[in-house]
Amino acid sequence: MKNYNSLIFELSKEGRKAYSLPPCDVPDISLDSVIPPSLMRDSEPELPEVSEVDVVRHFTNLSNKNYGVDTGFYPLGSCTMKYNPKINEDMANLSGFSNIHPLQPEATVQGALKLMYELDGMLSEISGMDRVSLQPAAGAHGELTGLMIIKAYHESRGDKKRKKIIVPDSAHGTNPASAAVAGFEIVEIESDKNGAVDLDRLKAVLSDEIAGLMLTNPSTLGLFEKNIKQIADLVHEAGGLLYYDGANANAIMGIARPGDMGFDVIHLNLHKTFSTPHGGGGPGSGPVGVKSELARFLPVPVIEKKGDSYILDYDRPDSIGKVKSFYGNFGVAVKAYAYILSMGGEGLTDVSRKAVLNANYMMSKLKKYYELPIDQVCKHEFVLSGLLENDNHIATLDVAKRLLDYGYHPPTIYFPLIVNNAIMIEPTETESLETLDSFIDVMIKIAEEAKEAPDILKTAPHGTVVRRIDEAKAARSLILKWDGTYLHKE
Amino acid sequence: METKSGLLYSKDHEWVRVEGEKAYVGITDYAQHALGEIVYVELPAVGNELNAGDVFSVIESVKAASDSYLPVAGKVLEVNEALSDSPQLVNEDPYGSWIVVVEITDKAGLDELMNEQEYREFCDKEA
Amino acid sequence: MHRYLPHTEDDERLMLESIGAKSTDDLFTDIPRELRLGRKLNLNNSLSEIELSDHMKGLSNKNKSSDNLICFLGAGAYDHFIPSVVKHLAMRSEFYTAYTPYQPEISQGTLQAIFEYQTMICSLTGMDVTNASMYDGATACVEAAMMAVENARRSSIIVSRTVHPEVRKVLKSYMRFRDVEVIEADMADGITDVEKLKPLVEAGTARVIVQNPNFFGIIEDLTEIEKMVHANKALLIDYADPISLGILKSPGESGVDIVAGEGQSLGNSLSFGGPYLGFLATTSKLMRKMPGRIVGQSEDADDKRAFVLTLQAREQHIRRYKATSNICSNQGLNALAAAIYMTTMGKKGLKEVAEQSAKKAHYAMKQLTSSGKFKPLFNKPFFKEFAVMGETPAGKINDELLKHNILGGFELNNEYPELKNGLLICVTEKRTKAQIDKLAQEMEVV
Repeated sequence: MKNYNSLIFELSKEGRKAYSLPPCDVPDISLDSVIPPSLMRDSEPELPEVSEVDVVRHFTNLSNKNYGVDTGFYPLGSCTMKYNPKINEDMANLSGFSNIHPLQPEATVQGALKLMYELDGMLSEISGMDRVSLQPAAGAHGELTGLMIIKAYHESRGDKKRKKIIVPDSAHGTNPASAAVAGFEIVEIESDKNGAVDLDRLKAVLSDEIAGLMLTNPSTLGLFEKNIKQIADLVHEAGGLLYYDGANANAIMGIARPGDMGFDVIHLNLHKTFSTPHGGGGPGSGPVGVKSELARFLPVPVIEKKGDSYILDYDRPDSIGKVKSFYGNFGVAVKAYAYILSMGGEGLTDVSRKAVLNANYMMSKLKKYYELPIDQVCKHEFVLSGLLENDNHIATLDVAKRLLDYGYHPPTIYFPLIVNNAIMIEPTETESLETLDSFIDVMIKIAEEAKEAPDILKTAPHGTVVRRIDEAKAARSLILKWDGTYLHKE
Repeated sequence: METKSGLLYSKDHEWVRVEGEKAYVGITDYAQHALGEIVYVELPAVGNELNAGDVFSVIESVKAASDSYLPVAGKVLEVNEALSDSPQLVNEDPYGSWIVVVEITDKAGLDELMNEQEYREFCDKEA
Repeated sequence: MHRYLPHTEDDERLMLESIGAKSTDDLFTDIPRELRLGRKLNLNNSLSEIELSDHMKGLSNKNKSSDNLICFLGAGAYDHFIPSVVKHLAMRSEFYTAYTPYQPEISQGTLQAIFEYQTMICSLTGMDVTNASMYDGATACVEAAMMAVENARRSSIIVSRTVHPEVRKVLKSYMRFRDVEVIEADMADGITDVEKLKPLVEAGTARVIVQNPNFFGIIEDLTEIEKMVHANKALLIDYADPISLGILKSPGESGVDIVAGEGQSLGNSLSFGGPYLGFLATTSKLMRKMPGRIVGQSEDADDKRAFVLTLQAREQHIRRYKATSNICSNQGLNALAAAIYMTTMGKKGLKEVAEQSAKKAHYAMKQLTSSGKFKPLFNKPFFKEFAVMGETPAGKINDELLKHNILGGFELNNEYPELKNGLLICVTEKRTKAQIDKLAQEMEVV
């Protein structure tokens, strides 16, 4: 099984099965007698026919080809790959949370509603906002929801000229994409040489057509936007609102709050800052927080407390409506709630302090070998710009691929776009000094290899289950499902 | 970087070969090199009437997507269907792989374009 | 020291020395003093695992789960059977603690599982291509609508009133901000009114959304709608129940252009409405308009089969504001659960789940309407849900049922005021004859 390389379809054998159902105990009828045969399918769907052991071995083997936070260090910048506590999974799997129907009567889900109401309060306190909706399913979904709220706010004041959103060129790609989906035009502004908002360029684009500005703070370079108060004042004076992308909130919990910096609308990523697992690409959760004057625009329903009980309030005429079925990714919210309880207020502050300590420690060690374009105190992450000495033209991609051979998940590469050959490192607070030192040693070793044995880097990785993959071939041939014709090459 | 004599070049790195009322348009060697391995060339509909500066094609590589702008106003007469199956032709032979042929509707755009020598100098400055 | 934070005092001192800072406070001097919180967060004290667990169980026990209630409630979230292997395999931490598979060499597990998921969804729906999943059914349907709007460059969309109310609500929120008009097509006897749909389509609206089986559980015959839509060069979007596709004609066979649907039934728990997964599948022709992540097959440097994210140039991280959608993530773990579920149930199992659900639902309909106290609200072929009505308000019936630990149906008058006293009952393969008989018995005496 060591070199297991089968698709489940290639294991399928007619007649095998992995399921059991009780016999149908109602009087048998022919479905043809109640559903016209013209509405039935002619052939069975081509799903695999395998035994239960086959299913278990197959997916276990697949899991062995993956690398998760539980496998090892995962310093993926902007993604906050911190440890995902096991107890949180157990809590979300309690039957009283996992086996409740979203349309059950409110009286039968008081525990769930109380949890959501309290989580709203906790996230409000952490972010300095007044109300939080848990409905958005991910960060990008939170952005879109927040931008809809901004648009609804301007429209409610009869201010229909404001059709533009300002986005810095350092922003994550979802920012401009979300603004476009919300029906805005995008005005991109160039950052200054330190990756911060350039106040003169900002002033130049502000007008009565600007609906708002989207910003991450700390920025995508991991640096605190020192002029944030001035930026907020400028945007507010021009009649716009400030949107906070919470991607980097892990740096400032208990230390500074977007609400106090002048932000009007925010989203947080429960799957980054609040320890819920990334799941190989989801589910996430992107709660949206607002200042009290914008609360009437939040998606419905909002959870309210009425006497001793909790209710789903749909009676909100100014609401932007629903952005997702039901109430959001509740199962993810349960884990974030459990995490906040585990950490407590002081614990969360310590999280941010340790996250920043770890990042600065790594930065101080690595800047001797890798170019550090902006050398100042960083927050929870920092961005390098390729190797310091690079006569052999080693690409950032090569460094990343070589890290795989040493058993590490590489940092984020080639982002933010404003730094050439970017290597974006976010260690998170859950990593020990020993883990950081081992990774630093490997990064130094790779810098040496780049000088002495560049070919090892250019052809890396060598020890992974597959080697570098031909992405151009994938995009040209577009095999997007099993077509039944592949023959084993081994 | 290769260039070819007899062609006109735009600042967005498109080339134009004028044949009477017709213009063949593609992207330059500089452009294909900057994009990397090209995996898809979106072709416009035949019959479309485009202004100078309109996007006539989106060219995708693995890690990038780039709009191509028509340097001269024209009506699309023909598109290079071979690129649908073999987009890599643009990498292999950028000056042989025209993307569209247009019937020029306004020659004004041609005056803005560079000759080979000017384009080489332009690229040197960009680099 | 907290159990999740490994720094000892010595570690911290050593690290600060290396940085050249006196204290951790020095690392925050870039935050202007007036912006600092300057007080402790007003939250609880840190809880130990025992305290946390007790607290969470206390909250959980305030909810009545399907362990305690017999569930006849559906309406978009379904109490189908989940084989034990699904949770065991999806909860392998190499899967759930991984990020998006941007480093394919160490993400072949996630990538291959998605490739298999894509294959199975295509087979089930009869479509050419699908993506790695969307947030949920409603948002998948909205993304389908945006694809169609983009494709046709016309600014209105028709949605049948027999489409799930939640889906229509989410659609309206999104379309309001895109200045796209949402036109609701009326229904007649529980199905899309084809006669009323016709002038709308002929008036030039190029996209039509229907649901099948529809919100009332009725299997709509799409033949006429498909002909009408395509004769007018419009696109047809179908919102489908994946379990029903074990026996019902696939959207692909019906000539649908884009299929969206809620995939929760495929091995994902009810979880009070999320996390679920939306699926979206389409034709080769519309492939490049499709949003979201897609996995493709390729080869590695040794010519070995390998999987990788592909068609990425459509996505936000490359195309930014020109992207087909702002979606970045998928519901990876939920799609994995769906893939494991479809593998476990397999060709025969999914069909049997669909058949048993349909047979039990028809038995329930017969039992509930046998005395004449309740009548079928519509007279149309249905799958696993059906609507009945009597003289008693639906809310009152549900209150009584709850006293007997039965979770009753969806009260239709909440969304369709004209369907007074209407109750939408859902019966899955998990329900037994005895439970159905009990439901009928209790409803009889309300």
